[in-house]
Amino acid sequence: MSLSDHKGIFVIAQQVDNKIMGVSYELVGEAKKLASHLGCEVTAVLLGSGVEDLCDSLAERGADNVIVVDDPALKDYETESYTHGVSEVIKAKKPEIVLFGATAIGRDLAPRVSARLHTGLVADCTKLDIQENTNLLMMTRPAFGGNIMATILSPDHRPQMATVRPGVMKKQEAQKGAKAKVENFAINDFSSHKSYEILEIVKKVIGRMDVQDAKVLISGGRGMGGPENFPMLEELANLMGGTFSASRAAVDAGWVEKDRQVGQTGKTVRPNLYVACGISGAIQHLAGMEDSEVIVAINKDPSAPIFEVADYGIVGDVFKILPLFTEEVKKIMEQKA
Amino acid sequence: MNIIVCIKQVPDTNEVKLDPVKGTLIRDGVPSIINPDDKAGLEAALRLKDQCNAHVAVVSMGPPQADAAIREALAMGADEGYLVSDRAFGGADTWATSSTIASAIRKIGNYDLIITGRQAIDGDTAQVGPQISEHLHLPNVSYAEDIKLDGDFLIIKRQYEDRHHMVKVKMPCLITALAELNPPRYMTPGGIMDAYKKEVHLITRKDLDIDDGNIGLAGSPTRVFKSFTKPLKGKGTVVNLDPQESVEFLVEKLKEKHIL
Repeated sequence: MSLSDHKGIFVIAQQVDNKIMGVSYELVGEAKKLASHLGCEVTAVLLGSGVEDLCDSLAERGADNVIVVDDPALKDYETESYTHGVSEVIKAKKPEIVLFGATAIGRDLAPRVSARLHTGLVADCTKLDIQENTNLLMMTRPAFGGNIMATILSPDHRPQMATVRPGVMKKQEAQKGAKAKVENFAINDFSSHKSYEILEIVKKVIGRMDVQDAKVLISGGRGMGGPENFPMLEELANLMGGTFSASRAAVDAGWVEKDRQVGQTGKTVRPNLYVACGISGAIQHLAGMEDSEVIVAINKDPSAPIFEVADYGIVGDVFKILPLFTEEVKKIMEQKA
Repeated sequence: MNIIVCIKQVPDTNEVKLDPVKGTLIRDGVPSIINPDDKAGLEAALRLKDQCNAHVAVVSMGPPQADAAIREALAMGADEGYLVSDRAFGGADTWATSSTIASAIRKIGNYDLIITGRQAIDGDTAQVGPQISEHLHLPNVSYAEDIKLDGDFLIIKRQYEDRHHMVKVKMPCLITALAELNPPRYMTPGGIMDAYKKEVHLITRKDLDIDDGNIGLAGSPTRVFKSFTKPLKGKGTVVNLDPQESVEFLVEKLKEKHIL
């Protein structure tokens, strides 16, 4: 069949515990932009058990259609059941583009689907565009630990597939009351497609705000000297309604949990304020935070690369500056209250 | 029990620096290492070897220099090494790479468990492991944080962002390992001696039963259109004042920006 028989943009909407993940809304928003160039519709594909209630929220974020695959076997993510479900939908509907979130689920599911359907897949994209004249999807991603960017095409295979980093694309404002065309896509005999058994699900106790949700991030690196100095960052972060994060150096040293890490193998963030304390600014780190609205860097080394991206750079001793700054912020917040 | 561990030789990206003038990568003098996630996977295999006398083979696809990575794995305790190398495999994207490695694994045959790293630090795609398992029609469990043997099954702690699943999977299967899985052991002096006595088996194009359309550049659905270094955001104001003045400067600026 010819490539032009493939139409529309599909977003694989990821739900966990019957809650749609933020990245799925981001993808629907991005797909909407791409669809306006291509003159096509955006379809969210939703797999799970008892998930029909979630369709409206996808419509409110811009989905024209929602295809629902609802089966008890899809209650919790299991590689083969989900691969089967997504592959069957794609085979039947023949979209031109399929987008997945680059999450622990998406990065397992998408490669299996791409191998099954014999089509290309580009991982962890941070930018998507439509190429003029050809209408091909231009998928841009960091490689070499963020040292270089590559724009990749999938010229002769359909669908063109990408996983997209959470936190990079912007959600559309929710259009309250918007409705999508909902289609229930039935697949027989799901339970026979299971490839492993889930014995137990253990949720992490999350006491802190996720670094990707925070509007203010106070971030520490090697220059913080040790784990005992991170509460200082957390105190300031709490005052400003944010949370603390860390560079890879601080995580590798075992001072801070991995889920706090910003950068290459960590998370991409874009808060309103990012304060880098004792972070020299390895290229991998910069790639993860340079889209922050306002960047402040405090470092004693005036030649630290972090100063190249900082809006406000302060050369000096973080242990002297930070407590003074925290005091000032405290006063300002009390005046406001 | 027979285990095949897939390893990739990668440049240590932590050591890669940008040429500030040309904006290109400085690759000279950057050490080549076994990809960290792969090395943790190898360690997991070697622990199963210690535990139940498993036979551990390592497979690496790459240029002839990847021989060094395989020798290192042998020195750590792997039993056999295979280098999948041919000009015909060059230019492969993850699809063609995985189909080539899957074909090599079929040729090696007789495996109960395949372990790959989650992702390589030069490409960061995390695609090749799950794709190999699809080509071989095997179950896969990605992001393995812990592995236990249970008869013909493995009990795996599978990591997600906010939780983990304890998963029971029947062998043969493929798992992708996280660098956190196990701190890898060191090579032993005896191991290093032995590693250089052993033969690393070479697998080339003619050894594989695979279509030309599924290998190398021709077998790659994706094409790099362009690559470029990302222009950094413009530099702002940098001040070098005493602590009190620094804080006053900062507070003033953040008030201007309506952050404070």
